[in-house]
Amino acid sequence: MTGQACYAVLGALLFCLSFHALIIAVHPLRRLLAVNVMGSSVFLVFIAGAGPRDPLPQALVITGIVVAVAATALGLNLLLRLAGPAEDDRPSAGQDGS
Amino acid sequence: MKRLGHAVLGLLLLMLAGVLAWAVSLPVAPGQDVPAHIAGSLADSGVSHPVTAVLLNFRGYDTLLELVVLLVALAGVRCLAPLPPPSGGGAVGGVLRELAALLLPVLVLVALYLLWAGATRPGGAFQGGALLGAAGILALLAGRDRFLAVLEQRLWLLAGLGVGVFLAVAAGTLVWGGTLLGLPPEQAGILILVIESFALLSIAVTLVALFLGTGELEDRDP
Repeated sequence: MTGQACYAVLGALLFCLSFHALIIAVHPLRRLLAVNVMGSSVFLVFIAGAGPRDPLPQALVITGIVVAVAATALGLNLLLRLAGPAEDDRPSAGQDGS
Repeated sequence: MKRLGHAVLGLLLLMLAGVLAWAVSLPVAPGQDVPAHIAGSLADSGVSHPVTAVLLNFRGYDTLLELVVLLVALAGVRCLAPLPPPSGGGAVGGVLRELAALLLPVLVLVALYLLWAGATRPGGAFQGGALLGAAGILALLAGRDRFLAVLEQRLWLLAGLGVGVFLAVAAGTLVWGGTLLGLPPEQAGILILVIESFALLSIAVTLVALFLGTGELEDRDP
């Protein structure tokens, strides 16, 4: 019981730490990482609150992890595109329609 | 001024941390005994591992929409304007090629084992899919061009198969059973295995395609 409460409090602290990072950070990659850690802290609280005997939160958290991975991948791809070559190097959408 | 702002922010977040820590350590009001519910209907779920039963049977809706989320993320990535095509193939080291040749069969085997194990113990389509996706990324990095070509050509078919089969099963249960995703207990085991097999493939392909992004793989330093 105390172990569970300990994990839940840890999750709450982790949430605040990553929230701090999200506010302070300038670089988009750091922000993306901060959002990731925020999500993980919520999973931690969720799992800790339910205890090891309850399969429902475990199933929901694995769903959450997959969604987080998908969102992170999309975010990283957007970041790569942002950091990509300069404007005039990009193939413009209007010209090469073929 | 900036230092003051940081101090105020830190103070506010400390307060938030205190409130959250207090909130999460509150005793939970006794509600329905969900684990007992799940254990009680486990025999009808077709699998003996409760997490898999929740994922694929009791809350199959969640998992179906989760696969859709993966597909939407993939669509989002593929919508981005492609970065310039990579310059040249880039030399793949012999060590990496040999390592891939050694590891790929093992990775595929373990992924299939995880899929099978999901019925009785921790495992399932997502764990297996993650592993199979890792195998795919390893194959890409090791310069398996044929794999990349298949992936590019059949991307949407392979990525959509999981959702498609899941939807087909959902429609079937709606027509014959009357409830959406109400898997009949006698066939639940085999239906879950079919859904998971195609989900495994689609998850792996989607993960590899998400890693590949808009297609600037060889631009990265090896």
